[in-house]
Amino acid sequence: MLRWIMGGRGSQGTIEKSAALCIGEEQPKNCFTELQVLKGHFDIVRFLCVHCSVWVFCVTLFQTGERLVELRGHTQQITAMTTYTFIKGERPHTALITASSDRTLSLWDPDSGNRLQTVSDLHSSVKCLLVLDHLDVWLSGGNELCVWNRDFQLKCKTVHHRDAGITAMVDLPKNCVAASMDKEIMIFKLNLSEAEMSILAIHHLADHQDTIRSLININNELFASGSHIGELILWDTVNWTIQAYEHILWEEPAGDGQSEVRIGQQKQSEMSIQHMYSDGELITAAVGSGLYVYNAVMKSIVAYRKVAHDSDILHTELLDNGRVMSCSEDGSIRIWELQDLPLAAEPASTGFFGMFGTFGRSGKQAGAPTKKLLEVPGLRSLELIGDLIGHSGAVQMFVSFGVKGLVTCSADHLLIVWKDGKRESQLRSLALFQKLEQSGGL
Amino acid sequence: MIGSPDVVAFTKDDDFGDSYTDPCLLPAEFSVPLFPHAANANPWTKTSYAKFSKDFILISEFSEQVGPQPLLTIPDDPRVCGTFDLNYFSLRIMSVDYQASFVGHPPGCSYPKLNFVEDSKVVLGDSKEGAFAYVHHLTLYDLEARGFVRPFCMAYISADERKIMQQFQQLSSGFSKASESLKSGNRKAFANELEKKLQDLEYTRTVLHKETELQKMNNGCYSTQVIEKANELANVEKSIYEHKDLLRQIMSYPNKKMDTDYVQYEPEKPVETNMVDHTFSSTHSISRDKCVETDNASQQLSYTPQLIKAKSAKCFDKRLKTLEELCDSNFFHQTMDHLNLIEKTFRGDLCFIYTSQIDWALLSKQKISSFLFEEERHGEEEENSRNLYDTDHNPHIALPSLSNLSGEPMSLESYATCVEIGHHKLELESMEGPPESSTSDITQETSEEAVDTETKGSFSSDRSIEALGNISPANPNGFVRRSTNEVCTVTLSEQQGEILPGAAPDKMSPSLGYKLDVYTADMFETENLVQIDTACCIGQDGFIYEEPLPVPVQQCCEDTVVKQEPLSLLQGDPALQVDYIFGESGLPLGPSMGLMLPEESTSVHSEEMARMNIEDVSDCTSYMSTSTSSDRAGSPFTYGSLITVKQKKKAGNSALRFIRQYPFAQQAIFCVLSGQTLVVLGAEEGTVRKLVNALSIFVPNLGKYGETVQPWLTTSFQLTDLQRWKLIGLQRVASPAGSSMLHSLSRYSRYIGILDCDNKTLRCHPYRGTVLGHMADHRTQIKRGSTYYLHVQSMLTQLAAKAFLYTFCHHVHLPINTDDQGSVELRRTNFLLQLGYTEEESKIIQFLSELIKQNFFQWPLKGLSQSVFSFSYTTSVLYKI
Repeated sequence: MLRWIMGGRGSQGTIEKSAALCIGEEQPKNCFTELQVLKGHFDIVRFLCVHCSVWVFCVTLFQTGERLVELRGHTQQITAMTTYTFIKGERPHTALITASSDRTLSLWDPDSGNRLQTVSDLHSSVKCLLVLDHLDVWLSGGNELCVWNRDFQLKCKTVHHRDAGITAMVDLPKNCVAASMDKEIMIFKLNLSEAEMSILAIHHLADHQDTIRSLININNELFASGSHIGELILWDTVNWTIQAYEHILWEEPAGDGQSEVRIGQQKQSEMSIQHMYSDGELITAAVGSGLYVYNAVMKSIVAYRKVAHDSDILHTELLDNGRVMSCSEDGSIRIWELQDLPLAAEPASTGFFGMFGTFGRSGKQAGAPTKKLLEVPGLRSLELIGDLIGHSGAVQMFVSFGVKGLVTCSADHLLIVWKDGKRESQLRSLALFQKLEQSGGL
Repeated sequence: MIGSPDVVAFTKDDDFGDSYTDPCLLPAEFSVPLFPHAANANPWTKTSYAKFSKDFILISEFSEQVGPQPLLTIPDDPRVCGTFDLNYFSLRIMSVDYQASFVGHPPGCSYPKLNFVEDSKVVLGDSKEGAFAYVHHLTLYDLEARGFVRPFCMAYISADERKIMQQFQQLSSGFSKASESLKSGNRKAFANELEKKLQDLEYTRTVLHKETELQKMNNGCYSTQVIEKANELANVEKSIYEHKDLLRQIMSYPNKKMDTDYVQYEPEKPVETNMVDHTFSSTHSISRDKCVETDNASQQLSYTPQLIKAKSAKCFDKRLKTLEELCDSNFFHQTMDHLNLIEKTFRGDLCFIYTSQIDWALLSKQKISSFLFEEERHGEEEENSRNLYDTDHNPHIALPSLSNLSGEPMSLESYATCVEIGHHKLELESMEGPPESSTSDITQETSEEAVDTETKGSFSSDRSIEALGNISPANPNGFVRRSTNEVCTVTLSEQQGEILPGAAPDKMSPSLGYKLDVYTADMFETENLVQIDTACCIGQDGFIYEEPLPVPVQQCCEDTVVKQEPLSLLQGDPALQVDYIFGESGLPLGPSMGLMLPEESTSVHSEEMARMNIEDVSDCTSYMSTSTSSDRAGSPFTYGSLITVKQKKKAGNSALRFIRQYPFAQQAIFCVLSGQTLVVLGAEEGTVRKLVNALSIFVPNLGKYGETVQPWLTTSFQLTDLQRWKLIGLQRVASPAGSSMLHSLSRYSRYIGILDCDNKTLRCHPYRGTVLGHMADHRTQIKRGSTYYLHVQSMLTQLAAKAFLYTFCHHVHLPINTDDQGSVELRRTNFLLQLGYTEEESKIIQFLSELIKQNFFQWPLKGLSQSVFSFSYTTSVLYKI
């Protein structure tokens, strides 16, 4: 069977360009040989949220495929949700906070499905939520940043930003929060020393040239942001300086062009960094329909794949076993493996992107000419080892449970649980003998 | 009494075996041509001289106007009966109705009382006609009939005496259900009739009242007319009272019935409706009927009051109600359906019946894997087996009789109590007698009744004589009259030598008296009839008593040539009685229990069997008693669009054509068997449907209604559809809709195999192996579809058995230590390889095994929803012709 090894041979490069990879049906490394479809939603499923192996979805909760609770109450689409664990009566409680376009915030009890708290008199709809466990408060970001305590009491808020809203937030040390707002990253500081809690914008980071699409924490020292035109910036969490700057352009090498589309005419969205994920060392970024793996510690590129999907990648994750998984608007989920290249030199010829590494706050070099990527030692390839086809709409998000399986949600109103068929079969056998034993049959 | 033991003697092979010429006797199910030599063409057919071509069911009535007459036969085809004289035979079977359905005036009340009598079941043989019959007598209520009762009987007539004898329990339970259904309908109809009559009477009363008043006005208080009218009025009043009481009695029947705990499993649909009907009618219908019938009242009340009063007059020229009128029409048709089913069930040779019964019994014990390829069983058989099952596993009913068999008269009484209690419970309650000892009570009761009626000499005097006669032979133990209804009870007593040979004629005499009484006009015939009775009417005891003991199975096995038909379920292989299914209590015992415990259970069962062999009769009794008591429930037949064997056999025909036509049939079958959804793509609906039909016999877990197959789909399908359907017929269309369909085909191509019947191509995972080669050899010599179906079925059963083994061999699946996943995997693969399966065949086994597991987990729920969809990443191959 054909197996496209990315960047392997020059002859395959053309095929790679013409379309996204097609792995075919022979996928020996793909362990997801069993699936279970969960129905229950009547609209696009956009968020998955995990806590303690209970799978919590935007309005419906599932566990082991059974619908547990359905949470109803919001009149419009849900824009953000997060879990919130608080200590109440010496027992930790997990609740679910949801924000919706109907300008309400709600706190749900996932066990009973009750709406515990709700706030409805918001000036704008909330786009992101962040829980600060160590302070026992949570923040909501919209056109203003609000700080709430566990009883849904507004502690303080920032000024109202008329034209731009906060799209993402990350938690920083020293009671600071970084929030992305259009092209800027604002650093807010929570002031807890006074009687009244207050929040203040203490810094602006305006190094991005376009809208920031994604903002994540990498580790204690670094956080990363990605913009619409493919800028990836790593920041220091303490002094907010740029640690690394990458501009991913996905440009084709001039010499290798045969009949490929001119990159110059490409839409910018094809370089947009829609999603990033980090395990503390490696970052995966969904750049257009391509994938990009970056080592945040070494500040070097690890592997990339220009066309990983037929359409934009919406979510990507690093798996425990060194694999990368991505899901896309084309309805498929793909599993990639980081492999050492047989010849280190070859992949460079197929890809072309600018890379700037500058250190220091003033190191921003806007519009720097992209130059051909030099040989990067240790560059590896992303090899497609399997794809999961099942959804008939864009796969919005997925949550991996390691060997237990994978849950994907999609615009086709379905959730699919993918499992390792062999493992499940063995588990069922074990359960079978357990049941026999219980009934005294053994 | 039916004790005459002469019938077995009639059936010796040497007398009549040579004259066997009638090939029509062959059951339809046997396609093997008979050995041309007439003598022992069918080694088990002992009778060959019957005048009818195959078994049939006859319903006759003892009409009070014309005497015994046949009403209908099932199947309703004159060819079946041939030259067989139905009139003569009805006469004979009706003449053995010795039961007393007795309506009289019990002591202490002056109005008639209905007795809810049990049906009687006898076996009767006619050596000259070569006919043997299981005869089931029942009485139905008819307001216009003599004593309100009309005796009927249903008879299963066969040329094979052994069939009747061996299948007695099954026949009995089947007919009991039919009878119960008839009787329920009859009670309903009778109640309706009574209500109408009551209204008539009440109307009459008002009319009479008015007339009396008028006459009083005109003629003064003491004129003769007025007195006459007053008498009439009094008569009507009495009549109303009596009818009300009858109505109350008939209404109270089902409630009492529900009280008995002897109904072992829930009575199913008909009884429910019956219940509803009754409760409804008892609460509402009177008032409702009144409302409704006020309109009709004028028509109904066209009777003159005298006519109503003349109810007890014997009216020979009046038209008697037909059976359908007597019973509610719904119930009647239900019963007919049931009888048809009985006819079908017992059609064919005894050997065939045995085999299929054993087959079913085994299957029902293998529910854990039989769902894969076996079609759902019909309610009838299921219940039969359940009855057997119950008796197998509820020794508390069987045991008293067994232990009592060492038996003294003492134990007989207790036994009788045991057997009778269920039947008499009803009567006990209606009689308000202390229920401490049913036998004595009832004996007393009945004789009191008899004496009472005799002295009173009311309108049902002839009946009372009969009842008295039945008792007068002085059952030595105070043996109850009713218990003679149970043939087996008689058997028991005969075993113990309680009933002497003289007992039988003794018992016959009352019925002689009865018949004489009825047929004073036709003395000669009655005389004749009685002779026949004593000669040919036999109870089951006669047969069983002289029946050679069943040969244990082991002996059978020693012979290489099978000379005997398989043992029936009851006597049969103890292994059959080991249950491979989850426990009755809902707690799963687990199938491996069946595997692990054969020693234990065999020992129990072999012991039981030994007893059975010695005291065959007694066991019979226990079976009887349970089955009759549990069979009180009406017939529970509902016909859905079940997938039947017949349909599957037809599908076998198309399957045969398919494997001959397509060289890649094996691959297609592999696709279906390994759980990969097969899409049959084609433009023409007929072709696609035919192919789907052909392939459906290979679909594991087809479902009761074939719900895992979608024979014709015109829209594109989704992933969930693939999960649900394992075989899809898809329309190929050249339109935008078609393109979306092709899109889904290509999108999900890894999960499906595509059989394109227009281009004759198949795209699916490749198969390598030999198993399916045997199953679908395109050079097969098999000519007939049904034969091919059976061939396939046997191979599929083998696969299922292997899957069962694979699933429940725990050394294969259990990890030796905690982090042992790898070795488990290896052991699983090796296990299947050792079974001789290739990698692809292992996939089939694994898929079947997963189904078994799922079925096991979902056990209490009916049906298997495939919640998990498994697949594998293997390259598909395109096959062309």
